[in-house]
Amino acid sequence: MTAGNMLLEAAAHAGYYALMTRSSGPQIRGGEAAAMLRIACHPVECMADRFDVLAAVDWENVQRFKAEIPLWAQSLVIGDPDQGAPPQVFLQGGAMHAELPLKKLAKAVPEGRANMVLLGTVAALLGLPDDAVARAVEKTLGKRPAALAPSLAAVAAGRAAAAGIERRFALAEPPAMRTSRWLLTGNEAAGYGAIKGGVRFVAAYPITPATELLEWMSPALAEVGGTLVQAEDELASINMAIGGSYGGVPSLTATSGPGLSLMVESLGLAVAAEIPLVVVDVMRVGPSTGIPTKSEQGDLNIAVHGLHGDAPHLVLAPNSVADCLGTTQWAVQLAEALQTPAIVLSDQFLGQARSVVDRPADLADGPGRVVAAAGATDYRRYAVTPDGISPMAIPGTAGLAYTADGLEHAERGTPSSQAADHFAQLDKRRGKLESWDYGEQWADVEGDPAADFAVVTFGSCTGPVREGLARAAQDGLGARLVSLRLLAPLPAGRLAGALAGASRVLVVEQNHSAQLYKYLRAECDLPGRVTSLHRAGALQFQPGEIHRHLLEWSRA
Amino acid sequence: MNESARALAPSAPLARGPNDYKSDVKPVWCPGCGDFGVVNALAKAMAKMALDPKDVAVVSGIGCSSRIPAYMSSYGFHGVHGRALAAGTGLKIARPDLTVIVTGGDGDGYSIGGNHFLHACRRNVDMTYIVMDNRVYGMTKGQASPTTEPDWDSKLSPDGTGLREFQPLVVALASGANFIARGFTGDPNGLAALIEQAMHHPGFSFLEVLSPCVTFRPEQKEWKKMVRPDAFRTTAEVPRAARRLLRDTGFDLGVLFAGGRAPYAPRGPRALRTPADLEARFAL
Repeated sequence: MTAGNMLLEAAAHAGYYALMTRSSGPQIRGGEAAAMLRIACHPVECMADRFDVLAAVDWENVQRFKAEIPLWAQSLVIGDPDQGAPPQVFLQGGAMHAELPLKKLAKAVPEGRANMVLLGTVAALLGLPDDAVARAVEKTLGKRPAALAPSLAAVAAGRAAAAGIERRFALAEPPAMRTSRWLLTGNEAAGYGAIKGGVRFVAAYPITPATELLEWMSPALAEVGGTLVQAEDELASINMAIGGSYGGVPSLTATSGPGLSLMVESLGLAVAAEIPLVVVDVMRVGPSTGIPTKSEQGDLNIAVHGLHGDAPHLVLAPNSVADCLGTTQWAVQLAEALQTPAIVLSDQFLGQARSVVDRPADLADGPGRVVAAAGATDYRRYAVTPDGISPMAIPGTAGLAYTADGLEHAERGTPSSQAADHFAQLDKRRGKLESWDYGEQWADVEGDPAADFAVVTFGSCTGPVREGLARAAQDGLGARLVSLRLLAPLPAGRLAGALAGASRVLVVEQNHSAQLYKYLRAECDLPGRVTSLHRAGALQFQPGEIHRHLLEWSRA
Repeated sequence: MNESARALAPSAPLARGPNDYKSDVKPVWCPGCGDFGVVNALAKAMAKMALDPKDVAVVSGIGCSSRIPAYMSSYGFHGVHGRALAAGTGLKIARPDLTVIVTGGDGDGYSIGGNHFLHACRRNVDMTYIVMDNRVYGMTKGQASPTTEPDWDSKLSPDGTGLREFQPLVVALASGANFIARGFTGDPNGLAALIEQAMHHPGFSFLEVLSPCVTFRPEQKEWKKMVRPDAFRTTAEVPRAARRLLRDTGFDLGVLFAGGRAPYAPRGPRALRTPADLEARFAL
């Protein structure tokens, strides 16, 4: 994992774009682990169909990664002969096996380690310059100078050993680095987006794969004057966040499916009491404990429909590692402006993938929360206004004291069981979401706007779909792409506009029951013949898989 | 004073009487409910402390007693069942300038919200938690709560639950609450004094209030004969307080424990930068 991170950094310093995901066995610490990297001259948002190199320190339990590491006839498999032969499963496609005595090479370097030798070999085969690799090693080991010299020596030994291995692939020269680039994970991007959006209070309970978002935010929030509290459970974390936001401080919690399930009742409170709040759900395979370390888009239903009663709220989905920043920031802006909870549906792939990206464009500031001014006469917290947004009193403001309430209430906030009050407040809470102008950010709409074929998707499926569509275009299949960023309230009118005239619509998503497909069919009239491509999680879609499906679908 | 009159009141200091801390919303409680006594005592304590209602937030969950926020003239928050302590904790940490009072009943605090009670005691955030204990679920019309006697007969638990009563003071002490007291709604002045002490004491202050339910537990009208005012001698030593609880009748009143633990404060290095400064962490 350390060597993988260093290789990623080295590629970044050399001017490449890159993406790294991780996979590991069930051990809490140690045991088998795989770092998977894609390095390219262009931005990458998903893994490729196949890997060109599989380099292993040893082969113990490595079969568990066979589905995640597809190889082909041109692949190169590098391993230490003293650790035995590679499992046949990696060679059966015709991959070439190259032997590299890692342990022996490492032993020849005082304090040398096999993973650093391997890093040197792979970097040399990729043609990464010495200084880029050295920078990456120095950055990682900067706090342990004693380990630096042996590591660099081991890297050099590995680099020398690469001379004996046939290069079967070529990485083009990287384009001159004209843009400012960042290296980050989607979880870090979401955390930074939250802070840019104004979040200054976070309460949360650790859960894979959302924990790193919180671990990134904890010191970062402190630096900008905010606070993060580790709560006793998810019931507490969402209610703490609601309490903080009631106090006027933009607040957030982050979790994954099991935690979101526990938060659903309190999401309804935030809807009814009109308290802004952002919940980031880094989706993992469900139901129940599921597969905590693998990605799936199975929480769409609970995010959109999980609340009891009629409880309109916001659901948004980032569609790339970099977009975790902008979408989370936008979610904070919308939650604050509309005084309602926003769920951000990220997922394990986006959250934990580490990627070299172009610095994301800055989002314009949101309008912020409409706050009532001190001394207003006859203050009504839940006043029915033309746009449904009523100025919110912040505790500490004179003359505006009210009780925020999950009980249905009259305009003043006093509890009411009158049908007329219920109707008025339901209309108000729905109306404010429906009348808001969400602008162009509701989706990424790409491709030929006059094409007959259209693909609708969301979240981490967008990367492979985008790439599959690009390949299909080379085969002459023109298509439009709509990657939805705003899932609720569903912008049905804009979606209809983007799909107008299409005769075929394909809905792509990663879950077992076609949740997006059914949601779209229930909420809007999609044009032409509409079909679904859905597959449960644990393995991401590959661009080639999408490409093949697009060709078959277009001919069917 | 009604809403609009309050709005017109000058913000300069002015003497407020207890009635200025009550709202004009009519309580849903039954005539004779003990919880009226808590509203009165709370108002009295707030007047004595000369708090400005705009700087006070009363936070609650669900249940008869959880209706209190709307009956006060301060800011209020009436959330979901069992999560009042969590909401109050978030509010106080996000807004340390406010005075936060969390209120609720025995079901809300000791049953559905029990886990939050443990961790609120541990966390020791500077706020006051008032539990109106009537040993019954009143809003759902008479079921056993964690503090109900094991043989109390009800429709849901014929012949009683057979379960040992929850011991709020023992749990509070074991979990680290910084101030622990018991009051009785039949003694409004004594209760007001206890609330005032609880609010003055730094950290998490827990006040268990015996608050009879005249509708579902009419026998609790006898509590006024059973309570033992000033039975506790305040100590700052946990072992001494623990020993005292071994002979607690459940009707012993007063301040059991007033500890010296520092209230919750965010830890770790804190530096003031702008959000844009954080970009350096990502830039290549």
